[in-house]
Amino acid sequence: MKALLALLRRELLLLWRQRGEPLIAVAFFLLAALVFAFGAGPDAVLLQRIAPGVLWVSALFAVVLSLERIFEADLADGALDQLALSLPLPLVVAVKALVHWLGSGFLLLLAAPLVALAYDLAWPLWSTLLLTLLLGTPSLSLIGTVVAATALGARRGGVLIPLLALPLSLPVLILGVTAIDATAVDIDADAHLLLLGAALLFALPLSLVAAPAALRQALEAG
Amino acid sequence: MQRFANPGRFLRLADAVMPWAAIAATALILLGLYLGLCVAPADYQQGDTVRIMYVHVPAAWMALSGYVFIAVVSAVALVWRHPLAHLVAKAASPLGAAFTFLALVTGSLWGKPTWGTWWVWDGRLTSVLVLFFLYLGHMALYGAFDDERRGQKAAAILALVGAVNLPIIKFSVDWWTTLHQPASVFRLEGPTIDPQMLWPLLVTALGFMAYFLALVLLRAKQEVLSQRARALALLSAGG
Repeated sequence: MKALLALLRRELLLLWRQRGEPLIAVAFFLLAALVFAFGAGPDAVLLQRIAPGVLWVSALFAVVLSLERIFEADLADGALDQLALSLPLPLVVAVKALVHWLGSGFLLLLAAPLVALAYDLAWPLWSTLLLTLLLGTPSLSLIGTVVAATALGARRGGVLIPLLALPLSLPVLILGVTAIDATAVDIDADAHLLLLGAALLFALPLSLVAAPAALRQALEAG
Repeated sequence: MQRFANPGRFLRLADAVMPWAAIAATALILLGLYLGLCVAPADYQQGDTVRIMYVHVPAAWMALSGYVFIAVVSAVALVWRHPLAHLVAKAASPLGAAFTFLALVTGSLWGKPTWGTWWVWDGRLTSVLVLFFLYLGHMALYGAFDDERRGQKAAAILALVGAVNLPIIKFSVDWWTTLHQPASVFRLEGPTIDPQMLWPLLVTALGFMAYFLALVLLRAKQEVLSQRARALALLSAGG
């Protein structure tokens, strides 16, 4: 328990000390949303219609691009070996995923209203948008830890990780966007939100089994 | 399971099975194509275009079962620390990807005359495209490490995680209802397809399976031999 709290403190402290990186992810999110607008043209009606998709895809990209740093530094300086000795690996993974979410998904949740404003997202959709991001981005972080753990120590990890993570994240993206689109045509989005929650509950045990297994192999190989 | 971990025994088995699988593949694919292109009737709505089905549907089945095969082999490799199983998974991955690509291309060629478009963003099509990227990811991860054994294990875990997506692919037919026709062969009430059209499908599917088996054995054998060659080269360089 003490070791767990110490790890949590350490990770939060690292997140705070290296706050430039999460902020770059947020900047990337905003920039990606801007680039979509340039791609689609200044037609306000069209932009309003594609806003849910733009928001979700930009968020997905921002999360996926920040995955590489989850374990990399800890493997390089040997901290990961130390953690593996002092704590069960599933707990390490859980803390890592939680802190990664705080530094990516959670910040995107705070930044999303800016994009929603710029795209003039209709008011009734705002709550659904924020709910889908709240339920969906933790799944992205969990899936992401699995991918980051399997690709740990790989050559060209920077391009490899998105290639692995994007297909696996697709169901979350689809559910998130369709939930907002359903609200837009006055359909109750509860079913979509429940499915998003189910995806989260599914990703949690899956990642706590798969990511530790991958980490163990990365440690053995190193 | 451990019996086949012996490379020598595996090589002898592969040598014994491979020719038969290759012969069966050639015969069954030719027979299936003959039945599909010449014997089976044209569809009353789609005309002769329906014959694309005799390649498209077995290829799609192989795309899916190829990934299941890789996942099962990967599980064996991880649980029993089976070095040959990793090589078999590596051998199977590009083959599965090729069948997935074939399914996508034939589907696209079939879609143009029947639906009027090369591509439809329907659940099943999109899932097969995702499956293709899962194969690409598996191959990329396998080769991404300086230490090949690390790549093998990482790819095995990825294959198992990816296999979780397979149910989504299979059942996406029911989740998103679109232009794609519902599954008409695997149903509880029995197939709704005419036997005259079903036979060429099954024969071609068996042919594809034999082809898959023959090439997996060939490629795995080649992997074993090239590992052996590398070990010998290291030995002679060191000695």
